[in-house]
Formats: sequence, structure tokens, C-alpha cells
Amino acid sequence: MSEHVVPPAPSTSDSTMRARRDGIGLGLIGVYGVSFGAVAVSGGFEVWQACVLSLVGFTGGSQFAYVGVVAAGGSAPAALASAVLLGTRNTLYGVRLSTLLPTSPLRRAVAAHLVIDETTAMALRHEHADDDGQAARAGFWATGVVLFITWNVTTLLGAVGTSALGEPDRFGLDAAAPAAFLALIWPRLRGRLGAATALLAVAIALGTALVAPAGVPVLAAAAVALLGLHPRLDVTGITAAPAAERAA
Amino acid sequence: MSAVWLIATSVALYIQKAIGVAVPASVLDRGWIRRVLALLPVALLAALTATQTFVQTAGSNAGLVIDARVAGVAAAAVALALRAPFLVVVVVAALTAAGVRALA
Repeated sequence: MSEHVVPPAPSTSDSTMRARRDGIGLGLIGVYGVSFGAVAVSGGFEVWQACVLSLVGFTGGSQFAYVGVVAAGGSAPAALASAVLLGTRNTLYGVRLSTLLPTSPLRRAVAAHLVIDETTAMALRHEHADDDGQAARAGFWATGVVLFITWNVTTLLGAVGTSALGEPDRFGLDAAAPAAFLALIWPRLRGRLGAATALLAVAIALGTALVAPAGVPVLAAAAVALLGLHPRLDVTGITAAPAAERAA
Repeated sequence: MSAVWLIATSVALYIQKAIGVAVPASVLDRGWIRRVLALLPVALLAALTATQTFVQTAGSNAGLVIDARVAGVAAAAVALALRAPFLVVVVVAALTAAGVRALA
């Protein structure tokens, strides 16, 4: 073990250890993959399809969006559009984390896959713990790796378990999907702008649902985000990766 | 066919992340992009919550209904207000909806 050979520079390695420990703790919340596996299968997807979304897609909100839109009768292109629009925040997270992530192309490509709400929150939380970003990277990798494993293992368990149940609506799994969306949006509703944006989106979505096929209402409601074109809108309250609060 | 869309979606979700870490920050770090993309998840998640709670999925005629799902989501909101973790929130919603359905 290198710890015995190299006497650690106290501040750096302490902050790195702390970030790693925090990251492992946060990564364990990936067990909610079980609810994704359950929701996907009860929405008519095969077990392997749920697993592909978790392994390759690996961003909870977008995965729920894809299976939710298809399960509600929406078209596959509408489901793709919803998932990808919801995933745009990962692109911005990547921009924000760019200087903290490793420089080797291969490691960077792997790191990119782990750029999601939780890993971003953890990296930014430890960004100023040292001078060279080592703690932030440690927190990022610990969160990402643990979350990736728990998320994928529990997706499989949830999917297999649900396909064994049969008749999932009897177990209330059709209420699990909207509850998952509500849980994802909850931390962003605190400020006035977040709440107003959500209310407007709900009104547009339900209004559109009366006249348009499934899948369209969600995309129509996305137009509310264009309010952000207004140059004086202050979005600081809702830009921070909300998982930061759960990381405490 | 549906499998192709599912795989395309999964790959697109990775490409999105890769773009973020690959392009120079100056390309995407603009005020209006940051503001629109901050609001986008809020609008989408709110719309998804509402449609999955109230839009009728069974049968051919679209429309809004109030059924056991509403009770489930209301219970989820209570759980969230009590700071319950994600998995608890989802289980509470499912059990509540199942309970209401069993009683009906």
C-alpha cells in the first residue's frame, strides 16, 4: 500500500479521502435503479432494453422520460426527443467539469459517461478542497463508479422482479413513474422561478394532452424553457445540480 | 424497430455528455444557453409528472382522468415534503395507488 511508503501531505490526501468517502455514500443512492427497472418493464419494455438504457444511456431522468413517454403511448421519436432534451443538462455539466476531468482521451471518454447530476454535484462540492482538483476528481470517480454499479445491478433486479410479478398496475407501478419525476423535480421547485416554470409547463402539457397524441404534450411544455432567452432572468437558484443537497 | 430507437436514444445520451467535456467551454458557456438549459429540466419534469398522473393511457380516447395514480403521486409529495429518500418516495406512491385500487 502506497500509504505506508509515501507520507501523505496532510491537507491534500485528507481532502481526497473525504471526497472519496462522500462519493461512495452518494453513489449508493443508485439503488433506485430498481424503480427504473420496475417502471420500464411495467411500461412494456423487455428486461434487456431496461438494461441497455441504464448501461449506455445512464442518466436517470432521461431514462424515465423515454420509458414513460413510450408507455403512455407516445411515439419513439417523441420519447427520444424528451429524453435528449432532458439530457442537455449533462452537456452543460461537462462544460463545467471540463478542467477538472482527466486529460488522457480514454479516461476522459470514460469520465464523460459518468457526467450526471450526482457526480457533478460531488465534484463541485470538493472543487476548492485543494489546489489541483484532486479531491474533486476523487469525489467524481467514487460517486460515478459506485452509482454506475448500483444503478445497473438494481435496474436488472427491478426489471427481472417486475417481469416475474405480472400485472404490474395492480401493484401501483403506474404511479411509480410520475412519483419518480416528482422526486427529480422537487429540489428545483423551491424558488419562485422554478415553481412558475413548472406550473406553466403543467398547464401547457395538460392542455395539449386534450388535443394531441401522447408524447407531444411533454415536448410542447419544453417550450417554456425559452423564457430563458430573456437576458435578465436569474436562474442561479435552479442551475446548481440538485443532488448536492442529498450529498450532505 | 422500437429496439433501434431505444439504442439510438441510449447512444445519443452518451454523445450529449461527451460533447460537454470535448468542446471548448467558450462554445457553450453563454448566458442564454445556460438560462434556457436551466429551465428545460424543470419544464420537462413538470410536464412528465402531470401527464403521467392525469392523462388516460388505457383505451383509445385521450383525456384527463382522476384515478389511483393521483392518490399515489399525492402521497409521494407528502413523502418528499418529509424529506424521504428517492426510493421511499417511489415505493410510497406505488403502495398508495395499489391500496386505493384494492379498495375501489
